[in-house]
Amino acid sequence: MTSTADTATSEAVETVTLTIDGTEVTVPKGTLIIRAAEQVGIDIPRFCDHPLLAPAGACRQCLVDVAAPDREGNVRAFPKPQASCTMQAMDGMIVNTQHTSDDAKRAQEGVMELLLINHPLDCPVCDKGGECPLQNQALSHGRPESRFIDVKRVFEKPLALSSEILLDRERCVLCQRCTRFSKEIAGDAFIDLQNRGAMQQIGTFNEEVLNFDGYEPIGVAAEDESGKAFSSYYSGNTVQICPVGALTSAAYRFRSRPFDLVSAPGISEHDSSGAAIRTDHRRGKILRRLSDNDPVVNEEWITDKDRFAFAWQNLSDRLTRPLVRGEDGELHEASWPAAIARAAEGLRAAAGRTGTAADKKAKGVGVLPGGRITLEDAYAYQKFARVALGTNDIDTRTRISSDEEQAFLGAAVAGTGLGVTFSDLEKAPAVLLAGFEPEDEGGVVFLRLRKSWGTQQVLTVAPFLSRGAEKLSATLIETVPGAEAAALAAIKAGTETADALGQDGAVIVLGERLAGSPGALSEALRLAKRTGARLAWIPRRAGERGALEAGALPGLLPGGRDAASASARQAVADAWGVDGLPETDGRDADAIIAAAAARQLDALVVGGVTPSDLTADLRKALDRVGFVVSLEVRRTEVAQYADVVLPVAPPSEKPGTFVNWEGRLRGFATAIRTDAISDHRALDFLARELGVDLKVGTVSDVNEQLAALGAAGKGERVKAPTAKAAKASAGASDELVLASWHLLVDEGALQDGEPYLAGTGRTAVARLSQATAERIGVKDGVVTVSGERRSSIELPVVITPMADGVVWLPAKSPGSWVAQELGVEPGARVSVKGGI
Amino acid sequence: MTDLTPVLSATWDAEQSWKLGTYEEHGGYGALKKALGMPPADIIQAVKDSGLRGRGGAGFPTGMKWGFLPPDDGKPRYLVVNADESEPGTCKDIPTMLSAPHVLVEGVAITSFAIGCNHAFIYLRGEVVHVYRRLMQAVREAYEAGHLGKDIHGSGYDLDVTVHAGAGAYICGEETALLDSLEGRRGQPRLKPPFPAVEGLYARPTVVNNVESIASVPSIVDKGVDWFTSMGTERSKGMGLFSLSGHVNKPGQYEAPLGISLRELIDMAGGMRGGKELKFWTPGGSSTPLFTAEHLDTPLDYESVGAAGSMLGTRALQIFDETTCVVRAVTRWTEFYKHESCGKCTPCREGTFWLAQILERLEDGHGTDADIQQLLDTCDSILGRSFCALGDGATSCITSSVKLFREEYEAHVQQGGCPFDHSAAALFDYASAETAEEAHA
Repeated sequence: MTSTADTATSEAVETVTLTIDGTEVTVPKGTLIIRAAEQVGIDIPRFCDHPLLAPAGACRQCLVDVAAPDREGNVRAFPKPQASCTMQAMDGMIVNTQHTSDDAKRAQEGVMELLLINHPLDCPVCDKGGECPLQNQALSHGRPESRFIDVKRVFEKPLALSSEILLDRERCVLCQRCTRFSKEIAGDAFIDLQNRGAMQQIGTFNEEVLNFDGYEPIGVAAEDESGKAFSSYYSGNTVQICPVGALTSAAYRFRSRPFDLVSAPGISEHDSSGAAIRTDHRRGKILRRLSDNDPVVNEEWITDKDRFAFAWQNLSDRLTRPLVRGEDGELHEASWPAAIARAAEGLRAAAGRTGTAADKKAKGVGVLPGGRITLEDAYAYQKFARVALGTNDIDTRTRISSDEEQAFLGAAVAGTGLGVTFSDLEKAPAVLLAGFEPEDEGGVVFLRLRKSWGTQQVLTVAPFLSRGAEKLSATLIETVPGAEAAALAAIKAGTETADALGQDGAVIVLGERLAGSPGALSEALRLAKRTGARLAWIPRRAGERGALEAGALPGLLPGGRDAASASARQAVADAWGVDGLPETDGRDADAIIAAAAARQLDALVVGGVTPSDLTADLRKALDRVGFVVSLEVRRTEVAQYADVVLPVAPPSEKPGTFVNWEGRLRGFATAIRTDAISDHRALDFLARELGVDLKVGTVSDVNEQLAALGAAGKGERVKAPTAKAAKASAGASDELVLASWHLLVDEGALQDGEPYLAGTGRTAVARLSQATAERIGVKDGVVTVSGERRSSIELPVVITPMADGVVWLPAKSPGSWVAQELGVEPGARVSVKGGI
Repeated sequence: MTDLTPVLSATWDAEQSWKLGTYEEHGGYGALKKALGMPPADIIQAVKDSGLRGRGGAGFPTGMKWGFLPPDDGKPRYLVVNADESEPGTCKDIPTMLSAPHVLVEGVAITSFAIGCNHAFIYLRGEVVHVYRRLMQAVREAYEAGHLGKDIHGSGYDLDVTVHAGAGAYICGEETALLDSLEGRRGQPRLKPPFPAVEGLYARPTVVNNVESIASVPSIVDKGVDWFTSMGTERSKGMGLFSLSGHVNKPGQYEAPLGISLRELIDMAGGMRGGKELKFWTPGGSSTPLFTAEHLDTPLDYESVGAAGSMLGTRALQIFDETTCVVRAVTRWTEFYKHESCGKCTPCREGTFWLAQILERLEDGHGTDADIQQLLDTCDSILGRSFCALGDGATSCITSSVKLFREEYEAHVQQGGCPFDHSAAALFDYASAETAEEAHA
């Protein structure tokens, strides 16, 4: 399907050759001495230096002796030792590090001694102890004994920079990695240096420290609308790059010693970026997660959700044994064989495979795997549906979706391999975002775009300029939700925007929300054709792209094949060794739920689906449908309605593959060995019980089949959609168009059990334009929004420069569960009243 | 015997010397009119030929600095005047701007014209509000008289001058920290390269010069290179302000040719206070190694002072007589450096913090002989290791004083306290001042 490495660009690189500790090394021009030394295995101690941050030269730990040729070519020594982290290598340079120069060694020992005079000797209780660059380098490059007998400076500790990030200022060596990360990488200038000299300290804006009288922070350092100090979505990275124990996370503080932890590489399950993570666990329990270094995907950065949201899988509602509903109407623990037998019995009847007369009355089974599953699980679900249950009623898209979207995904995304990459995004001269908020919905995608700040033009089709878009200096193409198609169609040849997108390497990024805007995806395809820009579809959830590749959509077979194409069906049937595949068009997720609620289906197989995330009434469907099998990690709401609950493994306890939005395979191995099994293995058991061997019991079984199937051939593909934009309909006067998306930190199910993270989320507010607020008459700064359900959402109002006639609500933030409370999707009309 | 050569200070004693009218009566702004008729390159060449060296301390040839600017690309380039005079003992720029601000404004206009800059900045130390007002008024007067603004004296040349008051940080006298502060950022030194001549203020080519350097330009243009080079020594041309403070009878600014000796200056200043013996002195402010009576005849020019083991610096001559405890003086200076360290780099931030504690301990008589060695070792860990030169400067008075007066440090250790009578060294009523200071604290 895809290769996992970017094509290397083979440009001739200008190099320089220098000598470090007597070893000659050739490096690209512009390389810093400290990097050149790494090339030949010479380790120079350092604190402020970080390869992904601009040089600072602040800590002075990396001092080395340097001699360089002058204009006449005579090699002359610099009179003072030089910071190797700021000086670029030159041809003919001679560098002597602490290994070969007494001066350099003495300089480094002197700096180390000075760094330690004000550093507390609390290593035994410090979280960093055991993995601390200061501790390690003090041992390897410091003096054996301290000569400091005076008074150390102290600070009140800890200072909470947010609910998650704590700062012990007396441990800080003021290397500025955290402030540089915040400014250069994340663009959240909410911490900075304050005061000076030995009292210099990192902090949020603090009037007491700054001795400012009556001044308040402004701009990006300001508090957000709710009066809560602004916290970054990427703040956890500062903890990881802190070279001492100054920055710690509330979740991990005092929990463990690094040498007691077992580390395992993995892939984050939180979004479609497939960020590389490291899971540190002890006695079967995850203590923390860190970013792994993956230069082609997330570099060394992850979101706070990737880092801190892992408690969900080990909460008290974690399932470890199958549950079967007894005759008393209650769920009881059961053995695997008993549970599988019961599930198979129910599904056999519903699918009409009992071989009895009752089969004729069977109405079939719908399968809702959810969007968080691995590629292997998705493949197993769809094969299970098509072969064991004989239906195309399978859809992972338990979110906003449409037939147009399915056609778009089949034509332009599924089975297309590695498309636009993170690196392409970074290098793109212009990026158009539509239905996509990079910071809230993209996670590390935002960081890549931000990396090109100043050189890249970002345009966003959105109702207003979000904080994330603002940090990218994006140009707003103000659009009322639902009118995205018209906005994209308006980018006519000859306009500035079209010219920008016509540049070589320009990218159009489409979010999953566009599915809710009729004609938008079709229009995006036209725009791409018109301008030559490349398309990237970036969904929110980790399993979305894998589900496309696996064919876990009603109209898609594995490899992007069209389920409606007879030849495609035949090709897959041949590969699977079955007579044929179901020919009836499958229902999409909403239709499956509606059918179940209308008792037009006899059973549902439900994976990781959260009813409150859906506008469709899944609870009603679960209640009314005859038989429900749930495959879940935790005992969720679905279990209340389930006849059989099969416990499955969370990503940390199983091997598998996420396919990220680039189309890159992000395989991971089991981090923690437990007896929990993957969805695909449970489905394999179930299918066997139904008399079918799906051969999806192991990851390698699935991957062999996927490899053998390959991508769709020419005639097997879905045709691109050509939908038209919907005509705008006038609503009642007090109705506004709903705009909404998920904030990165909100009340999503995978963030359960992590209060410190939740505390860094942005407070829920409703956004209205000034004119709209005046029109509806906002009272007491509050509005009540109601949709198609009896309930409503009340939120404080923030007047925002944005499209008139629109109200924006966060999709699932505290007090604002839009899908559950309003039952409508963005673009719909909602009733908004001032006051409560 | 060398004579005083008042140039910048020529009008200081005139009635309302800071007024435009007074300055013009003494020939002010004549040089600007002359300069506007010259090709800019000729002005730069004249300054190069004059041998004028930076008066801010480092002594880098001013004309050469201007010559480092890349060729004009039609985009802005800036002149920034460093008026952040904060070095202990240095008091030459503040009196100049207080008494004759127009000599600076005229210098700014000529220099800007020469380097092709249309917007110049004067970055003034924020604490001196009275000087800020004088400077603002002088700039306003100059605008009104057509010396600044659009089409200056019909030449077609435009210049705006902005006077900016800093927030009070010694580090902002370091040129790159000054530029960051001027841009509205935290005043901490920048990495070099790029140097300000290439990427300075707002990442554009920028010349940063000291007040006295810029204020010397009008006289060079007006009176000529030969006049300027007739003063001074072979490689240190021209005149300069020598600021005498401390134990002399008439402290103040003495404008004299470079190469004058302290003996001559003390004579002009009416001799040592009460006829006491000179004990030690700083040739160029507290960041330059101390001199003693041995150096009374050392010519005060860049080369001679350097050869004698110190630096000409800002010609801030702080004179201390035999009643002064050197440990005490050095401790006060070190407390200043500790207070003013910007905190960016480890050696300066932590080193000055430690040095101050050791010195305070020694001064109080709680020190040991090992502390004296520790002072030197800590200085060794700062000198040449810090990010900018201010860290180096903090060590000069300590290392030079230990070298010259080690026995005095040892006396503090042996006697368990200071062997000096502090009131004898004071220039004021010591007993009442001490209580007043306590009340103030």
